[in-house]
Amino acid sequence: MLEFRKDIFADERDDNLHEVGQPTQRQDMLGHVTGTSPYYDDHRFANLLHLKILRSPHAHARIRSIDDSAAARAPGVKRIIRAADVPVNLNTLLSLIQFGKDDEPSLATDVVRYKGEPILGIVATSERAALEAIALVRISYDQLPAVFDVEEALKPGAPSVNAAYPKNTFEYYSKYDHQKLRYGDADAAFAQADIVLDERYQMSPIEHAPTETNGSIAVPDTNGRYIVYTSTQALFFSLDTSAKINAVPSNQLHFIGGTVGGGFGGKVDTLTEPLSILAARLTGAPVRYRFSRHEEMQFGSPRGGERIYVKDGVMKDGRVIARKVRAYFDSGAYTRLSSYAVVKCAAHIPGPYTIPNVSGDIYCVFTNRTPATAMRGFGVTALDFALECQMDKGATAVGMDPLEFRMLNAYRDGDMKAHRREAKNCALIECAQVAAEKANWPLRDEFRRMSSRQGGGATRAGGSADRTRAPAPAAAAPAAPTRAPASTPQRVSYERPMPAAPPRTAPPAPPPRSAPPPPPAAAPAGSTHGTPRFSSVFGTRRR
Amino acid sequence: MAKHRGRGVATINYPIGMNLGGDPSQALVHSNPTGKFTVALSSIDLGQGMKSVTRQICAETLGVPVEDVYVDTADSDTGPHCMGSFASRGTHRVGNAVMVAAREARAVMMEAAAEELEVDPGDLETDGRGSIRVKGAPHRSISVRDVAIAAQFRQGKTISGRGIFLVPLSDVDPETGEMSPATCYAHACLIAEVEVDDETGDVAVLKMTSAYEIGRAINPKLVEQQLVGGSWMGMSHALYETPEPYYPDTREGPRDFNEYLMPGPGDICPHDILVLERPAPDGPFGAKGPGEMCANPVLPAVANAVFNAVGVRINDLPITPEKILRALKARGPAAASARAR
Repeated sequence: MLEFRKDIFADERDDNLHEVGQPTQRQDMLGHVTGTSPYYDDHRFANLLHLKILRSPHAHARIRSIDDSAAARAPGVKRIIRAADVPVNLNTLLSLIQFGKDDEPSLATDVVRYKGEPILGIVATSERAALEAIALVRISYDQLPAVFDVEEALKPGAPSVNAAYPKNTFEYYSKYDHQKLRYGDADAAFAQADIVLDERYQMSPIEHAPTETNGSIAVPDTNGRYIVYTSTQALFFSLDTSAKINAVPSNQLHFIGGTVGGGFGGKVDTLTEPLSILAARLTGAPVRYRFSRHEEMQFGSPRGGERIYVKDGVMKDGRVIARKVRAYFDSGAYTRLSSYAVVKCAAHIPGPYTIPNVSGDIYCVFTNRTPATAMRGFGVTALDFALECQMDKGATAVGMDPLEFRMLNAYRDGDMKAHRREAKNCALIECAQVAAEKANWPLRDEFRRMSSRQGGGATRAGGSADRTRAPAPAAAAPAAPTRAPASTPQRVSYERPMPAAPPRTAPPAPPPRSAPPPPPAAAPAGSTHGTPRFSSVFGTRRR
Repeated sequence: MAKHRGRGVATINYPIGMNLGGDPSQALVHSNPTGKFTVALSSIDLGQGMKSVTRQICAETLGVPVEDVYVDTADSDTGPHCMGSFASRGTHRVGNAVMVAAREARAVMMEAAAEELEVDPGDLETDGRGSIRVKGAPHRSISVRDVAIAAQFRQGKTISGRGIFLVPLSDVDPETGEMSPATCYAHACLIAEVEVDDETGDVAVLKMTSAYEIGRAINPKLVEQQLVGGSWMGMSHALYETPEPYYPDTREGPRDFNEYLMPGPGDICPHDILVLERPAPDGPFGAKGPGEMCANPVLPAVANAVFNAVGVRINDLPITPEKILRALKARGPAAASARAR
């Protein structure tokens, strides 16, 4: 079911290699299949203590009082850990790379901001004893109004979630409440577009659902050091975070991991190590803190639920001439890593397409839910969902084959991307070609001949001879798109007129369908939008 | 009431490594006295094959058989810093660091061999099977084992190397978003075929066909496990999973795998995968990485296939039977598939 197409891009590779490219069996295979690979929880200690966390039952509340006196006297309880016991209680993960303000406590002090937020830790001789002691703790709360919707959270008068960011948005560059992307003039281009598609998409949060839940064991070692067995995805990231929260030099901590039972981003968060180390320091005994499946599902960070609005300006011939994206990342109550995903999302707009007018406004929004975090495709997965559904709608609106519509707009080597870097090493067109061939998805000849290596960017300006021309829209004309402007706007080209446009060497051979193809996009002295001009298959290109 | 088939497509790219760079990884490579190599890392193997990929890259660079290399990770006392296993960075970032370290170790190994063979190091080559020989005169050779013994006990040389790979951190223009997010991108096209029951709203994914361009595939089997596993995750994401089924309403959250809906083995469909390799100029042997991206195209491809099958657009994930039935109801009785393909 997996097959290589070594014939494609063969001229760019030296395939004369010994070990690289071989289907060598994994180094750790024997250990995995015989059950002897050491995961963090495979380490056994005779006097192991167990840390369990009392969590907030409310999404937003002020803690009025905590009475843990009965819990302290419960059988098996060795130590209660309170917020005041945590040396540096407030932290943010990306403080290690100087990005963002410390906003999240290891244990809540006066306010809880999501259901499940840790308030108190109980260290006992068994998990059961710890859980039974938790049931004896009495906390009184004043419930506060909560907000769960990203757009509601941005409205005036919405409850303020995060004390470090009282307006419910992460701060960018100390002056903006979101990340911007601006390229060309999207608004001007919409006015010129034949069709404008304005759509809303909603990503669902999902669970990381690793086979092995988050956890760690901290063990007092000789000479004042602590060995920490951990499920982390980022050893030094977790070590440095734990050293900061515990206010100990980093070389007092000896982290051992590297064999992890699945992780899709959620094990970057370092949810257990700081407190298992603190518990080991306070009790002098090895302490395990591991998430139950319930904790993993409900209080381990999920993928955030991004809401994305995409507005496209599309020409009848299939060119997407403008794209505007407005997105709200639901960070939950604290930042963790969502602030980073926002910038990554902005960099990804407008997807793997060459679109001359692009605008993006991406917000990291705080709500009263479990903090979201990095997950496979962070910042991109949701955007790809939105953009690729949008591309399908664009193809439908102009009556084009959805794959040909994508290939028409696909980026190629030399094209300028919206974040103002030249595209290189592209291969979207080739992927489309071989997938279509395998799936018997019909592509017209000119699309089968397209190449990521030809016709892009600078070479376009010279009028590369084998450049594929615009295929005419496959005009099995659908009903007029709903949002098409009432009066058909004049076709404009965003090409500058070239002194001598090269002759069309390979005229397209559109299969005869119901409607005649519209005239090719010649290059009238039309408006330009002050950006580098390009089009994948139309006319000339210059930069 | 009928079942309708449809096909949907998505084409995507994916940036390799942490956005904006600034995410270093280090590696140390050294030989023991008898010519077996250890790679010391602090990188994490989540099951994706970090150890195997770096092992093959190290063996290739040193010019020794893969069995003569062992990857030791992750111990903070012995392994040098690595940013972590995320952002599709393992193969590219750690692989590059290992390559740098292995090159340094190889240079010492070749010097030591040259001294033993009394030739210039530039005249030597490795045979990839455990020996070093004079180019054009293969009978004049020495085993890596004998080179290591000589280096250690006679020449006083350490056959070892240090490596770091860092893509320098890019600035971001606050006004325009101008930035250098990544040095290379992987690509994919995925076609999903589904069957939608307009009575129950149930969606079955019947087949996937995909093409992935991932730079050099260091280990085809590991690539396959990523792409197959990732497509399953994407399908699950598209149709089943969520801890908040009525998001942003927080109620009805599942607490365990009995309540958290995921596809079972019976829901897995045949998947034809084609792999293209356009080497990344700055990748280890041109490698990029297939890690994160392979869930991404499945979500929109399935959504688009549902539209192709029954003509309704579901813009909110997951695409549950409830949402499909509501959309069909809202659209009215005029059924039939949107566009036969």
